Amino acid sequence: MDNSVKLRRSLPLAEKAFGASGVSVTSMGAGYRCSLRVGADDVAALSQALGVDLPQTPKTSARSASRIAMWLGPDEWSIYDSKNNPIDDLKNVDVACAGVDVSHRNTAIEVSGSLAAGVINAGCPQDLSLEVFPVGACSRTILGKVEIVLCRTKADIFHVECWRSFSPYVFEFLSTAAKEQSALAAR
Amino acid sequence: MLLIHCPYCAEERPETEFAHAGEAHIERSTEMNALTDEGFSKFFFYRDNTKGTTFERWRHIHGCGRYFNAARDTVSDKFLTTYKAGEPKPDLSKLVDDQTNAGAKS
Repeated sequence: MDNSVKLRRSLPLAEKAFGASGVSVTSMGAGYRCSLRVGADDVAALSQALGVDLPQTPKTSARSASRIAMWLGPDEWSIYDSKNNPIDDLKNVDVACAGVDVSHRNTAIEVSGSLAAGVINAGCPQDLSLEVFPVGACSRTILGKVEIVLCRTKADIFHVECWRSFSPYVFEFLSTAAKEQSALAAR
Repeated sequence: MLLIHCPYCAEERPETEFAHAGEAHIERSTEMNALTDEGFSKFFFYRDNTKGTTFERWRHIHGCGRYFNAARDTVSDKFLTTYKAGEPKPDLSKLVDDQTNAGAKS
């Protein structure tokens, strides 16, 4: 008899989506995430192992295939990958670093459309104009009452990462803001 | 909203990303065992609470996560400067002069 217990991870937001004229808020599917901390001397070795150059300039990110490396702090990065787990690439690395698999701690929401920046600005006080927050810019910041990691993947597409327990709040916040911004734009 | 310059992110960020973390430049004695009770309490509990310009620690907790130091006027709430942790105290008289000159120019 097969006594093994089969467990399946569930996404906190399932397939939730909200759309209004000029903006849509969509929960993203499962993805892999790694919280990475490493000293300046070993950045090159880890960049090689991960196949993406860890950015060293504040508020920037680097991409390679399905992977995004986001600068969070002077020795801290968040690696997001929609297909392969980045932690697998760190297994055979022989440098002092802290890489933690946080795939299921976070969930992601995508905000897209011409009104996307305005919708995020409803709860995030950072300047999201293209001059100050260009494509590829990323930052840990605040949305309403919670901490998020924000990354601008295209001019009108934002990737919003938040802790899974906060995700219903973040989704409701963004969809309410989307409803308002869309109605204001239509006036 | 108050904007605070983070020396690690090298730009001004909204105050809600930051947390205040007490007085700066308080040095822990290398001879803790030799401290008297009075000396220890002075180090551990007592703060200057200056009215005017103070040096304090701040943390960019919802940003890069780093602690840094700031010179701030507690009356006007104006940040005179911010600098990385471990860097020496900036020359206050020069800072105030710079602020005055900047004000005179604008």
